Amino acid sequence: MAIVVKRPKLSILEKMYLPGIIKGLWITLSHAINRLRGKSKKVTMQYPEEKWDDQLPEYYRGAPALVTDEQGRERCVSCQLCEFICPPRAIKIIPGEIEKGDTWEKVEKQPATFDIDMIRCIYCGMCEEVCPEQAIYLRKDYVITGESREEMVHDKDKLYEIGGVRVGLVNKWNELK
Amino acid sequence: MTELLTILYSLIEPTIKIVVLVFMVILPMVAYSVYAERRFSALLQDRVGPNRVGIPFTKISLAGLGQPMADGLKFILKEDLTPGHVRKFYYWLAPALTMVPALLTCAVLPFGGHLKLPFFDEPFQMVIADLDVGILFVFAIASLGVYGIVLAGWASNSKYPFIGGVRSSSQMISYEISLGLSVIPILMIYGDLNLGSIVQQQHEKGWALLPVTLDGFMPVFSFRDIVLLVPLLISFVIFVTSLFAETNRLPFDLPECETELVAGYHTEYSSMKFALFFLGEYAAMIIGSGFAVTLFLGGWSLPFGWGGNGEESLFWGLVAIGTFFAKVIGFILFFIWVRWSIPRFRYDQLMRLGWVFFFEIALFNILLTAGILMFFG
Amino acid sequence: MEVLFYIFSAIMIVSGLGVVASRNPVTSAMCLVGSFLGLAALFIQLDAFFIGIIQILVYAGAVMVLFLFIIMLLDLKAEEKKSVNYMAFAGGLILALIFMVQLSAVLSNFEAGDVGFTPRQAQLTLDKDLAGLPESANEKLREDKLPDVHLVGRMIFTKYNFPLQVVGVLLLVSTVGVIILSKRKLS
Ligand code: SF4
Ligand code: SF4
Repeated sequence: MAIVVKRPKLSILEKMYLPGIIKGLWITLSHAINRLRGKSKKVTMQYPEEKWDDQLPEYYRGAPALVTDEQGRERCVSCQLCEFICPPRAIKIIPGEIEKGDTWEKVEKQPATFDIDMIRCIYCGMCEEVCPEQAIYLRKDYVITGESREEMVHDKDKLYEIGGVRVGLVNKWNELK
Repeated sequence: MTELLTILYSLIEPTIKIVVLVFMVILPMVAYSVYAERRFSALLQDRVGPNRVGIPFTKISLAGLGQPMADGLKFILKEDLTPGHVRKFYYWLAPALTMVPALLTCAVLPFGGHLKLPFFDEPFQMVIADLDVGILFVFAIASLGVYGIVLAGWASNSKYPFIGGVRSSSQMISYEISLGLSVIPILMIYGDLNLGSIVQQQHEKGWALLPVTLDGFMPVFSFRDIVLLVPLLISFVIFVTSLFAETNRLPFDLPECETELVAGYHTEYSSMKFALFFLGEYAAMIIGSGFAVTLFLGGWSLPFGWGGNGEESLFWGLVAIGTFFAKVIGFILFFIWVRWSIPRFRYDQLMRLGWVFFFEIALFNILLTAGILMFFG
Repeated sequence: MEVLFYIFSAIMIVSGLGVVASRNPVTSAMCLVGSFLGLAALFIQLDAFFIGIIQILVYAGAVMVLFLFIIMLLDLKAEEKKSVNYMAFAGGLILALIFMVQLSAVLSNFEAGDVGFTPRQAQLTLDKDLAGLPESANEKLREDKLPDVHLVGRMIFTKYNFPLQVVGVLLLVSTVGVIILSKRKLS
């Protein structure tokens, strides 16, 4: 059903635009004057000097990273689910065995290499969602820079460096995240 | 041979004036008014604006004063793309055609009274060409500016630029009329088309919009001038508003309004050719401000008839030049202030404003001025 | 300063030829603008500043913009592809030649043509103080300069006042006519 919007009837003064224009001019000018007198604050953050870090929300999605558990073991079992789900195909995993002689040798696998191409990654968080082992998380790092394409590929060491240790249950749906 | 020499000799003075005024004052001013626009608009909107670029390879930022240079370099280094579907000759001609008329008009702009330099007997007049038909010259040359925009729109051979070109030509022709009519009361009052002598008269009798001189501390004014303020104020409002429309500035920037036309007539332009449109617009704004100041706000003269016109001493000559540019900069800031405060008009509103209101009011205003002048004899 | 005369005449003639010869209507229109600019420069050389400037203001600045406007809205392709009609071409050439012969015949019998470019002399035989001119204009007359705007204005409003009014009425009539024609329905 069509909605009929009734146009407001303007008084002569309003039709002349002039009072409205002067009002608008005054609003912008008062902002400028307040800025000059130091009364109002600028809203811009000047990036490298001022940062947003302490205001990042809990759900912020930064660089994806791998984590170890409280015993220092790699959580990732190289199931490659994240590799499949990743929309831009940023993850490349070569699955491998746990070293011979390790106590947990017979329990699981672990990735031989685990690369995330940060030029491709779109920070969607699908990998975190899909991981059955809670091994990959999106952290709050956002300053990912490099001078070559190679530098922008995070290998396993780098991913563990960003990720660090994550304690807690291997339970996908609990609150601890 | 001697004839040729005298001709060449007579060309020296104008050439120096042209080089100094256009290349050393107006063009840097164009570059810096872009910077001023960005800083001032940031101030109006609680932002910061460009404040980083200073001296290259150092950490000295000078509040971003190097920004125009960096912008210029960027424009030159960008890829200069000529799309395959354009009409090449006019596509290349159009940017020049917007820039040239904008700069040509400053030939008759009196940017100071006189300058009495040491070692010269005669004081120099601070205007490139002291034309007797100065104001008409301005209107004539400014009306050529529309060719650049129309040709750009047509030569781009695509739809948005074309609509932009069509819009701008009708807009500029419409507002030229109210612009011209709003100046007529000034011409009637001063009885002269020579901008230099209009300013000289304002210098002696007080500005058009401030017709008061001080005798000691006693204000001196004539009743006639006070009554004449009514038509002059109406003229001023119409003139300034039409100036916004003529220079395609917001709130009347419909030829290039982004929300409807991508970028209007310069959609297909890139790199330095785009920069020429961009800078042409700013040059037109600066020179438009120059004329508003010259006609209504006393040009280079100080208020209340203070100071001199520089015929006697070098000092007052320099003060006059300084006053002129101070006023022009103030007016440019006003332009920027309006741009960042008032939303864009609709196209039919624009046309209605020009033809139905300003045209009639300006005509009536001329009649009013004539009546007042007749009444006071 | 004769150099300038030849330069601007050359500009006028070349762009005049461009108007006729070019196949693209926009080029023709732009050439016409160039020709108007050259003409204005010639007027200004003859000290007729007012006429020169008005030439630019009215023809180059307003009329030709409207022309260009219309040309752009029309389809150009048809015009560009049209073949040359040789009969019309020859006819036009002959007419132009006849006109040139006639013009040169008239000019060769025109004595005032020998005087050369001295518009000032003719003008300064006028009275030095003309009634109805503002003081600044009279001053210029005394200095042997030509306040041509004032003189033109004075002429129009004294000697040719009636024709001026008639022209004004004529323009008004045509404006009203255009408005009536452009309104489809009269209510
Ligand atoms: S965040 Fe998204 S894009 Fe990045 S690695 Fe994980 S799944 Fe791939
Ligand atoms: S989904 Fe988890 S466990 Fe499987 S490969 Fe990826 S990070 Fe390792």
